[in-house]
Amino acid sequence: METNNNQNNTQEPIKVSIVGASGYTGGELLRLLLMHPKVKVMQATSERNAKKLIKTVHPNLRHLRPIKFTSINDLVACDLLFLCLPHKTTMEKISQLKQLAPKIIDLSGDFRLKTKEDYQKWYEHEHTNPELLNQFVYGIPELHKEDMKNANYISSAGCNATCTILGLYPLIKAGVIDLKLPIIAESKCGSSEGGNKFSLASHHPERTGCVRSYKPTRHRHTAEMLQELSIPIDNPNNAPEDNGAEQKPNIHFSATSIQMIRGILTTSHVFLKPELNLTELDIWKIYRSTYKDQPFIRFVNDRSGIYRMPEPKILTATNFCDIGFQKDPQSNRLVVISAIDNLMKGAAGQAVQGMNIMMNFEETLGLEFPGLHPI
Amino acid sequence: MVECPECAAAMNVASDVEQGEICMCEDCGAELEVKTTEPLKLELAPEAQEDWGQ
Repeated sequence: METNNNQNNTQEPIKVSIVGASGYTGGELLRLLLMHPKVKVMQATSERNAKKLIKTVHPNLRHLRPIKFTSINDLVACDLLFLCLPHKTTMEKISQLKQLAPKIIDLSGDFRLKTKEDYQKWYEHEHTNPELLNQFVYGIPELHKEDMKNANYISSAGCNATCTILGLYPLIKAGVIDLKLPIIAESKCGSSEGGNKFSLASHHPERTGCVRSYKPTRHRHTAEMLQELSIPIDNPNNAPEDNGAEQKPNIHFSATSIQMIRGILTTSHVFLKPELNLTELDIWKIYRSTYKDQPFIRFVNDRSGIYRMPEPKILTATNFCDIGFQKDPQSNRLVVISAIDNLMKGAAGQAVQGMNIMMNFEETLGLEFPGLHPI
Repeated sequence: MVECPECAAAMNVASDVEQGEICMCEDCGAELEVKTTEPLKLELAPEAQEDWGQ
């Protein structure tokens, strides 16, 4: 695991508040932050639940500090704000919220993309604060850790985007994918991705047992994948003239809801450049060198046992991203399999990881839980 | 320290390991045969096979 010799070892915990804390992501943030040794949770807002104890909405937090939800209008200044507001709400309130804390981690999609044109294209609405887009660091630490160390604002990444990007990033960075061909990625998703607002579609008789293709195309997280994976080749094994070449992957993403509450399993199909004649050992080396010293990336490609490939079930409540792959011996197709807990590495856990980096704490602090088995 | 020939993981192998000994990569679970000790060289061990000798 990475260690940082210049860590923030001050005794005084930082004061944080969570805006929009009644949803599943807010609940997970409360669970992590109430147990975090360097954090004091000051306020948790919910308009619908103002003045109620947080345990009324998040019953798993029953024995922890008895905090009551407050209204967003009663927020006071603190060191760091986590924003878990609905999409479009954050961009409207950001100017007011910036007055309350020098550091912000936003978990909505409102500041993930870098251009207002992308919001028009993928979210089909105008961005009301486009001048702030470049002030936010995109919040996947495995890609942007150095920028996050000096950031005041982080936009935590989308869950499907995180799972897909982490699986593909080492290969694209190394320049080994034939980008003349498309990359096809498909995520199987748990129901908690839909949040805690119910509808007829989430009604038990309708939702139970379903395998529902809910976004075959046009998933908004595709925009994040295209943005974050349009990167130059950076591979020490390449000839110098090959490095630095800009790449524009053509990623096609689909999402399917399955009978699972938490978790994402992403299967990505890529085609390797045939002239490179890469073996699985070469692919292993690419992954290992890219994610060396990343404490939340694990490689799962075992020859024995039951869990030989990544599986979200055993990642429940952990901040890990498990990655495995297999090369088709009949072709240059490489199948990359990645898995996360959508509420953890796909939301609250990754946000706390970002906070740890931003505040110069140990990166893994408060996130060491190894998961449950059996579950 | 030696590299697993299957998954490139860094492996700790005992200093007194002998030729022909089987060790396992803790990362990918591959069973590896010590082909030579100086230099230390590992190869994927063959699957156990039935002896059909008469």
